[in-house]
Amino acid sequence: MKIYTYDNSFEGLLTAVFECYRRKDFPVDICARNVQSRHLFLENVDIQTDPQKAERVWNGVQAKMSDANKQLLFYAFLSEEQGIEMKIYRFLRRLFSGYMNLETDYGDLDVMALTQSSQKVKKEAMRIMQFVRFQRAKDGMFFCGIEPKFDVLPLVVTHYQKRFADQRWLIYDLQRNYGVYYDKNKVEEVEISKKQFNAFNGQVKQALLDEGEDFYQKLWCSYFKHINIEERKNLRLQLQHMPRRFWKYLPEKQAGA
Amino acid sequence: MDEKIQKKLAILSDAAKYDVSCASSGSTRKNTGNGIGNGVAAGICHSFTDDGRCISLFKILMTNHCMYDCAYCVNRRTNDRPRATLSPQEIVDLTIGFYRRNYIEGLFLSSGVIKNPDFTMERMVLTAKKLRAEENFYGYIHLKAIPGASPELIEEAGIWADRLSVNMEIPTEPNLKKLAPEKNYPDIISPMTQIRNSILISKEERRKFRSAKQFAPAGQSTQLIVGATPETDREIILLSSGLYQNQNLKRVYFSGYLPVNDYDKRLPAISRPPLVRENRLYQSDWLMRFYHFKAEEILTEDHPFLDLDVDPKLGYALRNMHLFPVDINKADYEMILRVPGIGVLSAQKIIMARRHRRLTTLTLKELGVVLKRARYFITCNELAAKFSDWDPVRLKRQLVINTHSKYRKSPDTQLELFADFKPVLPTLH
Ligand code: SF4
Repeated sequence: MKIYTYDNSFEGLLTAVFECYRRKDFPVDICARNVQSRHLFLENVDIQTDPQKAERVWNGVQAKMSDANKQLLFYAFLSEEQGIEMKIYRFLRRLFSGYMNLETDYGDLDVMALTQSSQKVKKEAMRIMQFVRFQRAKDGMFFCGIEPKFDVLPLVVTHYQKRFADQRWLIYDLQRNYGVYYDKNKVEEVEISKKQFNAFNGQVKQALLDEGEDFYQKLWCSYFKHINIEERKNLRLQLQHMPRRFWKYLPEKQAGA
Repeated sequence: MDEKIQKKLAILSDAAKYDVSCASSGSTRKNTGNGIGNGVAAGICHSFTDDGRCISLFKILMTNHCMYDCAYCVNRRTNDRPRATLSPQEIVDLTIGFYRRNYIEGLFLSSGVIKNPDFTMERMVLTAKKLRAEENFYGYIHLKAIPGASPELIEEAGIWADRLSVNMEIPTEPNLKKLAPEKNYPDIISPMTQIRNSILISKEERRKFRSAKQFAPAGQSTQLIVGATPETDREIILLSSGLYQNQNLKRVYFSGYLPVNDYDKRLPAISRPPLVRENRLYQSDWLMRFYHFKAEEILTEDHPFLDLDVDPKLGYALRNMHLFPVDINKADYEMILRVPGIGVLSAQKIIMARRHRRLTTLTLKELGVVLKRARYFITCNELAAKFSDWDPVRLKRQLVINTHSKYRKSPDTQLELFADFKPVLPTLH
């Protein structure tokens, strides 16, 4: 009885899967190094991440999954759910044993759970497309600090890159403390040590904001108020679509807006 | 200057809120690399107002001055209210300013009629043209076609816009004549037909040459006001199904009548808009578009109004108990779609999943099936139909109590109590 530990990256997990095959092991658990204390008395195999091994596994997955589901396992992994590794591992065992159309076998608990986790992650990515609000800084850069539930910034980069091709922007994950920056040319990952914004709600310091910023925020709030139909008030529905955790980033939901 | 814009914006967004459409779907306009904006086929909601409606587009009137006097409209000329007009450049600046901050997917521009329909339409077209040609804007543009505007202007509008709409508002000609004596049906139908034809031609051309010009690639929609005139639900459903078939509309929107001009005695005296009825109409619309129902299956001649207590899909099942129970492991897709509690996505997943193994109630639950409703209408592996001994009237009572037991039975005015009420995207399971 063995457990495998890895560095909590997707590549690390794929490397672990590779090693299971190579060593003909069937571990009872695969978990991140820092949570291994779950299994104090089991033999521990620690896996060093190896991009080449990971890639071989990933290519195997790509060859066997339908177009719509090529990213299924990666998205499910991003959900950070406890025990997701073993679900992915068992899924891969069946996949590589030659089972066809595995991803539609919803009657199987692993397939169902992975589908649901992946949907949760995709939904969060969608919300980051919905609720990012850029503030224009003096130097012309558009900034947004936000706190996604999962690590989904990488999933929305292409969307923002296509959409705002002609402006510089930076979306910063306040909790994971990194951002993606686009300079009208390419996108790169950045970490900011000297923060010119409020790390709680992502608001850029007033002195650094473009003069027009206040004007547009005010107009937007006024628009938000006037486009509402009072006779149809339905706050429950509003809350259902726009979870409260995002409100602090939205100018239209600020007190006095 | 800034303050003036703010005032105008307040007046003109307030006047625009009665148009229910805010959808930004259907655009695949692609930024070529140096412009601003990019269409997302499914559309994105960027905010939700206190009434729970999606804000996707910057929805605004160019002006709320109007030379007409339609009884159901706040902007009619006899109303004494603040009026304002935005210039095309002002609208362009606001749209771009909002878009760059990721507040919106694009612009939905409508207008009261000033001077004459062509003068009005020309300025709207100019606004769209400026956005595309001067600002390199690839986001969504929805333009309202002003009834009576010349075919040339409509043609140009379709080149710049993603979607065009002509609002029908009143479902039948005699009632339109009564409430909007200055408008007439041909002025509404003929631009609709023109838009339909131009869309078809452009699609055909683009099949041959990729470079052929697009015309309103996200299609055409319209809006009907519900409850201002005495048409039955059956008339409304038949009309909208005709519009989908004959005019190729992408969407027909329903807008529960808001008593904005209660002094006008041609209109019914109501205190709140008929929101439940509006929702039932949307659900029926959904059934026709995604569940393969025919208009006649939803409402019959002797029951011309929708049941406000149950959604139309459940209503259909209760009237057609002989078609149930449906065997989840064997029935064809069409029949599974008709089970109350099963949505389109669940139905598709059921079909795929049962190729692997026999399905149980647990799987159904995980697939998002609302078993509380569905269990009366299905059999699956271990679950025999629960309903064989139910008669429709009792079953209906049971299901209604099940769904709304927490709430007392609510007239229209209590609508916020319905958890499942969604004006633009109704839930249908
Ligand atoms: S033409 Fe349009 S804006 Fe003018 S009164 Fe009629 S509905 Fe209102």
